[in-house]
Amino acid sequence: MSAVWLCVIIVGMATIAIKAGGPVLAAGRELPEGAARVLDLLAPALLAALVATQALASDEALVLDERAAGLFSGGAAILLRAPLLVVVLVAAATAGGLRAIS
Amino acid sequence: MTEARYRDGMRVMLPLMPAIVAFGASFGVLAKAAGVDSLAALVMSATTFAGSAQFAVVSVLGAGGTAAAAIGAAVLLNGRYAPMALAASGAFRGGPVRRLLEAQLLVDESWALSSREGGFDRKLLLGAGALLYLGWNAGTAIGVLAGDSLTDPATLGLDAAFPALFLALLAPLLRTGGARGERGAPSRGSAPRSADRAPLAAALIGAGIALTLTPITPAGVPVIAATAACLVGLTRRRRPRARHRLAQETSS
Repeated sequence: MSAVWLCVIIVGMATIAIKAGGPVLAAGRELPEGAARVLDLLAPALLAALVATQALASDEALVLDERAAGLFSGGAAILLRAPLLVVVLVAAATAGGLRAIS
Repeated sequence: MTEARYRDGMRVMLPLMPAIVAFGASFGVLAKAAGVDSLAALVMSATTFAGSAQFAVVSVLGAGGTAAAAIGAAVLLNGRYAPMALAASGAFRGGPVRRLLEAQLLVDESWALSSREGGFDRKLLLGAGALLYLGWNAGTAIGVLAGDSLTDPATLGLDAAFPALFLALLAPLLRTGGARGERGAPSRGSAPRSADRAPLAAALIGAGIALTLTPITPAGVPVIAATAACLVGLTRRRRPRARHRLAQETSS
């Protein structure tokens, strides 16, 4: 088997198992109260980590580039309670515009 | 609040579709450039359905890396889905096979969108996930077929759409203290909520962990490690007592 297909099959099976593990094994069980309280905070913790890494990380380095500018203007749109479409468009237009003129 | 439908999950994800399709297409283009044949790229998008891990595999292979290195990077990147899927496990129904299949529609965007206080909204997650799945796979097919004639999505700034999306999904969690308010519902004028700072603390610590680890660990590890920030939830019980003591001090 080629390295490519080896990767496709193993990564695919691993990802399916990673996603299905919790939902299949915890089926029909209530999580303990402490665990539920901790897992409630998973969303803010992970979302903030995704925001930070997707705006500032490039491979294994921190960089300040057009994505950060896009995030900044998107953040301003969020503060103004703009709809999601506007937030996403403002961020993309800022980053794309800056790249076009640089 | 009316019950969310599958359609609502799709509707909220619509603004993101151009970016999803464009990145699916760029995955198809990069995969072919890295020597991954079209069928393998299509099968990968259909089964793995996780952008960052798929990009990691083709970039490692394209740079001459081994299959083991590519697989290791991809599994690290997707490791975050284990705690995310566990947290959302109440959203899935049926026997093991159905739960396994439904859980495949969990990706960052559908998970974040369906997060609610005390659980996840099943229909929002599955509706959003299904639309994202269609867009990602259609995009991959476009990329594989059209090849190099496509514009790099970064030129259009589409890479900046994702952090902005996640920030937009994060903001309501911080405003209402852990509970995701109804979209667009004004938080002003409603009954005063207890100001729960735990979500803000978890967000700041999570971002801090991720940024600190980015230069010193392989990609994927920073986001997985950031999940540790949710342990601040263990301190929440003590808060009412602390506030009580403060109230006594200020009144005396």
